[in-house]
Amino acid sequence: MLRGHSFVRTAGVFAGLCGVLAAAPAVAWGAGAQAAAAGSPWWVWVVGLFCLSFLLGVFSLLGGMGGGTLFVAIVGGFFPFHLDFVRGASLMVALTGALSAGPGLLRFGMGDLRLSLPAALMTSSGAIVGAMVGLELPVAVVQTALGVTILGVVILLVKSRRAEYPAVPAADALARRLGLQGTYLDRATGEEVAWRVHRTPLALLGFLAVGLMAGVFGIGGGWANTIILNLLMGAPLKVAVGTSKLIVALTDTSAVWIYLHRGAILPVVVAPSILGMMLGSWVGVGILVRIAPVRLRFFVVTLLLFAGVRSLLKGLAIWP
Amino acid sequence: MKVHDPGDPQHFYARVLDWAAGLGFVLLTLSFALYLAGPLAPLVPLEELPRYWGLSAPRYRLALGVEAGWSWFARLQYGDFLTFLPLSFLAGAAILAYLALLPRFWRRRELLLGGLAVLQVLVLLLAASGILNVGGH
Repeated sequence: MLRGHSFVRTAGVFAGLCGVLAAAPAVAWGAGAQAAAAGSPWWVWVVGLFCLSFLLGVFSLLGGMGGGTLFVAIVGGFFPFHLDFVRGASLMVALTGALSAGPGLLRFGMGDLRLSLPAALMTSSGAIVGAMVGLELPVAVVQTALGVTILGVVILLVKSRRAEYPAVPAADALARRLGLQGTYLDRATGEEVAWRVHRTPLALLGFLAVGLMAGVFGIGGGWANTIILNLLMGAPLKVAVGTSKLIVALTDTSAVWIYLHRGAILPVVVAPSILGMMLGSWVGVGILVRIAPVRLRFFVVTLLLFAGVRSLLKGLAIWP
Repeated sequence: MKVHDPGDPQHFYARVLDWAAGLGFVLLTLSFALYLAGPLAPLVPLEELPRYWGLSAPRYRLALGVEAGWSWFARLQYGDFLTFLPLSFLAGAAILAYLALLPRFWRRRELLLGGLAVLQVLVLLLAASGILNVGGH
């Protein structure tokens, strides 16, 4: 096992190497994606995709995002794969990440199955419609809308003040009926925290919209779930983040079947993306405990800003 | 929900997800290694992939002669299509976990949550059935 600085150094060197490898296809793209795609052997793109996915796995974990949004914008912007395959791969990546993280979150009480049930029913229904619509829309429209959405997320991340323990004076009637309340053990303080939620009907409409968006863009939408659970419903931040992962597993399960049946899954794009992202998340956990949160936030916001601008400009054919 | 109650639906769901995700991940790694190593010939040779991956999904299916829906299942003898098996297993993991949950909700008389779980399974099965891809481009 590597420890302390040696771990960070090793991870940094590997990340640097991957950065160079991942940048190679992007540089080649700069000279003309079509020509590069025709000229470069297949494995260059696959290795580049694996390395980029590794980096996205590290940074998305550190930044508290699933990575699907960044994946679609960056891979869709710089790699020669059609956006259909990029969105299909992104959904599989987000699904695998959610399935892997889910059990641990459930065991520690940070993800709540009961809270996820009505929310996931709405997101998964929306995702089916979103996937069907998204695969029919012109690529430029999807990319432009994705760019606008990502820039909106950047504004939300900068402006919003997420509450660790939001005040919920009283649970609403639907939440009481469904028993949407619970406790979890906060390992940072060692205390058991009780929580409940409100504004459930409005939140369910929000989850339907998140599902639509996830299906259209091929993303998990975990960040949007977290916002609804935390800021609208009043779930504690850790419960919101954990439950969001459970919801993503269901959202992307329904969307990914539509993509799969419509031929938008290309194994050579999906498999390296999943493997790279999983490895990156694993390394990211090691770095997470040793790095200042403020720097992380700045880095992720910058990366999102870049990805959003790139997607928007590509969609508008200003930076093709 | 209680934090330390291994018998409740939440912990059972976690165990099923854990098992399914782990198995799916191992199967995906193995099938992708088989695909790259080449004991099973792919429908599209690896070196020809750059000609296809820039096509939209409908054009790609048209080029390969694969129809929308479950027709990929009839081509599992090809290395590239064999990878679809673990991918669909991963896509089915949450459905399996929810199906396994239903009797637990019933035994605990959590009928409202059980009803939501039934609806959830129906929504996911609808997506997985391929029915919605009839007429898909």
